[in-house]
Amino acid sequence: MKKILDIFGKRSNWAIPYALFMAVFVALPLLLILFYAFTGNEGEFSFANFTKFVTQPEAVNTFIYSIGIALITTILCILLGYPAAYILSNRNLNRSEVTVVLFILPMWINILIRTLATVALFDFMRWPLGVGALIFGMVYNFLPFMIYPIYNTMQKMDHSLIEAAEDLGATPFRVFWKVILPLSMPGVMSGVMMVFMPTISTFAIAELLTMNNVKLFGTTIQENINNGMWNYGAALSLIMLVIIGITSLFSDEEGGDSDSLI
Amino acid sequence: MANKNTIIKIEHLSKSFGDKKVLDDINLEVRRGEFVTLLGPSGCGKTTLLRTIAGFAQADEGVISMEGHDISAVPPHKRPLNTVFQRYALFPHLNVYDNIAFGLKLKKVPSEEIDSRVRKALKMVSMTDYEDRDVNSLSGGQQQRVAIARAIVNRPKVLLLDEPLAALDLKMRKDMQMELKQMHSTLGITFIYVTHDQEEALTLSDTVVVMSEGKIQQIGTPIDIYNEPVNSFVADFIGESNILNGKMIRDCEVEFAGHVFECVDKGFGEQSPVDVVIRPEDIYVITNTENAKFTGVVKSCIFKGVHYEMFVETDKGFELMIQDYNAFEVGSTVGMLIKPSDIHVMQKERTCNSFEGVMTDSTHVQMLGGEFECQETGLQAGDKVTVRVAFDKVELLDYKEDGTLMGEVHFILYKGNHYHLTVLTDDGDNIYVDTNDIWDNCDLVGINIAPKHLRITKRV
Amino acid sequence: MKRLFAQLYLWLLLALLYAPIIIIGIFSFTESKVLGNWTGFSTELYTSLFSGGAHHSLLDAIKNTLTIALIAATASTLLGSVAAIGIHNLHGRKRRIITFLNDIPMLNPDIITGISLFLLFVSLGVSQGYTTVVLAHIAFCTPYVVLSVMPRLQQMNPNIYEAALDLGATPFQALRKIIIPEIRPGMISGFILAFTLSIDDFAVTLFTKGNEGLETLSTYIYADARKGGLTPELRPLSTIIFAVVLLLLIIINVRAKRSAKRNQVM
Repeated sequence: MKKILDIFGKRSNWAIPYALFMAVFVALPLLLILFYAFTGNEGEFSFANFTKFVTQPEAVNTFIYSIGIALITTILCILLGYPAAYILSNRNLNRSEVTVVLFILPMWINILIRTLATVALFDFMRWPLGVGALIFGMVYNFLPFMIYPIYNTMQKMDHSLIEAAEDLGATPFRVFWKVILPLSMPGVMSGVMMVFMPTISTFAIAELLTMNNVKLFGTTIQENINNGMWNYGAALSLIMLVIIGITSLFSDEEGGDSDSLI
Repeated sequence: MANKNTIIKIEHLSKSFGDKKVLDDINLEVRRGEFVTLLGPSGCGKTTLLRTIAGFAQADEGVISMEGHDISAVPPHKRPLNTVFQRYALFPHLNVYDNIAFGLKLKKVPSEEIDSRVRKALKMVSMTDYEDRDVNSLSGGQQQRVAIARAIVNRPKVLLLDEPLAALDLKMRKDMQMELKQMHSTLGITFIYVTHDQEEALTLSDTVVVMSEGKIQQIGTPIDIYNEPVNSFVADFIGESNILNGKMIRDCEVEFAGHVFECVDKGFGEQSPVDVVIRPEDIYVITNTENAKFTGVVKSCIFKGVHYEMFVETDKGFELMIQDYNAFEVGSTVGMLIKPSDIHVMQKERTCNSFEGVMTDSTHVQMLGGEFECQETGLQAGDKVTVRVAFDKVELLDYKEDGTLMGEVHFILYKGNHYHLTVLTDDGDNIYVDTNDIWDNCDLVGINIAPKHLRITKRV
Repeated sequence: MKRLFAQLYLWLLLALLYAPIIIIGIFSFTESKVLGNWTGFSTELYTSLFSGGAHHSLLDAIKNTLTIALIAATASTLLGSVAAIGIHNLHGRKRRIITFLNDIPMLNPDIITGISLFLLFVSLGVSQGYTTVVLAHIAFCTPYVVLSVMPRLQQMNPNIYEAALDLGATPFQALRKIIIPEIRPGMISGFILAFTLSIDDFAVTLFTKGNEGLETLSTYIYADARKGGLTPELRPLSTIIFAVVLLLLIIINVRAKRSAKRNQVM
């Protein structure tokens, strides 16, 4: 007991319980994905899971289709969200902070409830569920995650830079193109991360919004895990991780900073 | 052997952070009721020494004892001393009263006594009626008063003060200095005070401890330190001074600035190189050049409030700083006199750079973390050698990449006709350089030494 | 003119964002089984939601969601705050490793976190249920607590801990009386964040809840929707959740503004 107390007398040692916890519940599970991905049913080392993926046109198609859907969603979110963030952060165009809160609010509501609401809207309007509903639902779900980081970056932007540009004779269009847009890029990049990552990995939204007619990569992974195909499922997860890793490397280069949600 | 009057005794205290020695064999005795100041530039180890006394830092070697008991292993909360921190360190979530009462409440002092002691402490720092104020709403000076009250309310045997006035503006600092001095004599507590402000140290202290690079340079009363600096560092750091290279001809006769002067120092030996210090106010300027010891031309003359500060170039090309109540016209030739007792002669700490190295082959030596070419030595690879380089043979380069080594200008001493620089290399070694070029503190420089200037001798 | 267009755009987008939830809100006040069929005003769905009855399982799911969130948020707040103090006092490589580990759950998609924990539990042979869900939630919530406590520690004057020791407090007393009051706001926002993350979670819960019939709100809605029928009681429930979140966000904003104002005065 005395010995334990001694260890915690040094405050840097207080990180030990958390380090152990993270080792077991974060590092080890990820290593297990790696382990399962590169082994067969008998626990032997093999690339079979990956060859299976590459040789199955259906899985590859789903994979590419998912990336496509995620890209479309992300682009739509940028197109819709960027002007909104710009207006929200510009004091000449918007002085009310209530609108800002209204845009952040949906981030705090359970994603399945939001999806459920989208289904309700489509039912109410008697629109058919399908790919259209899926993209609508994705944009609807993730738009706030695009607006918020862009808005944050624009808020922090030094206003005197814009005035300096105007002072130097730049037209409003050039001010936007040469000053505001480049300076807001970090916000756009973290927005892309916050939208692209969940859209590529989602599965429940697609099932609910398309009556299970459209299959996304997330669904494929989930089905395999559910059906006991752990090794194949782990391999697919690893493929998804690689895609996400590439995206985040790409956006890191642009200097995207993560913003807290509060 | 411990004097009964000694309250704190520090013996052979050393501490390193990584490779850097921040405290190097510190020995210090503090008497009961004394006001001791640890003085030195930032990074000299004074704050580390204070933190070691408080118990926040542990020394690698050495003993700190208080009233004869070794307290080196006693945790800070059990040491009978209190600290006033530089940035106040008041507890932001407690009001003034609770901040001051914090220590007493922990000691389970009865609440009536806490009440009266807190009020007395507040009165002492002239903050009566501030009990209920939020500490964040106080000005810097007021926060510091609360911090002092919070420490003295516990009646510590020793009060440690870590640059307590550094964050205040000049006027406030002067007022607080007087109040601290007053408080010290009223309370009768021992004060150990850390500062980098030499004027503050001279004003407040009974004893000043001058530190540099982890070592104590000199311990003495303010008057001793000012009048009899033991080395060029102390002379330069305390007050203004002219520091020149000199040569002791024999006892009571020293040569500097191209002239031979009578002085009062003895025992340096004959023809030995020394440093000579002359305070700017100790050089007498007269218009009559015939009766003068030496002459010079006034280069500049600036009014400084009480006196004029002049730079005079002597007949032998040395530049001297002089303070005088009278102004002398720029460009005029003046005569100068120095009293023998105002000439302070100091032993030179070093006359030449000396490094330890290893030969890599007969014409290359590895030292200071770099490889230098030298003239043919006839030595073999692996031979351990001592390398000597004269101060003025070290070349400093503008671009740090161009040198064999990189370094940072660390300490600059103007010696009348040249600069004496201390350059800190990346590996933490000091190289001393004499140069006529002007460098600034913290400049990054490249360091080169021509092969013919390396004087290599084999070590056995 | 420009401003009018801008405002029009904002409100159009907001209308789009809120149309679904408003429709759900409106139709929570009618009895009809099918959405879109108005059969007159009624609070019947609200009463039936809370009386349980036919949809006892929904009430159970809500109860599970709340208790899991409460336990997970409490545990992660404790674990995360202690860890933050530890990390704050760490330097160099050790600190980089642990902050890297701390970032992983925040960067990982839910599905990967879920699957990786599923593989952990099956590999260890742990039977999955309430406990595994709670552990999983602690795992992905704690990093956010660490992240909200760290800035408080960094803003703290490093000398105040030493000042407390100097005044005679033991390290434990200094922690209780000085450090914890200082980081409390960070702990509270960390707790709120962990609580909402836990309530909102779907994917991690789905993979770690096992087959013993444990459902949280998210998994209940998912299962329900897969069966094709949407339980009408979900409409009043969604409306209530929406109202609570709205209220909470308003409170947080008002408080933040007030404290910002107070800081300005000083």
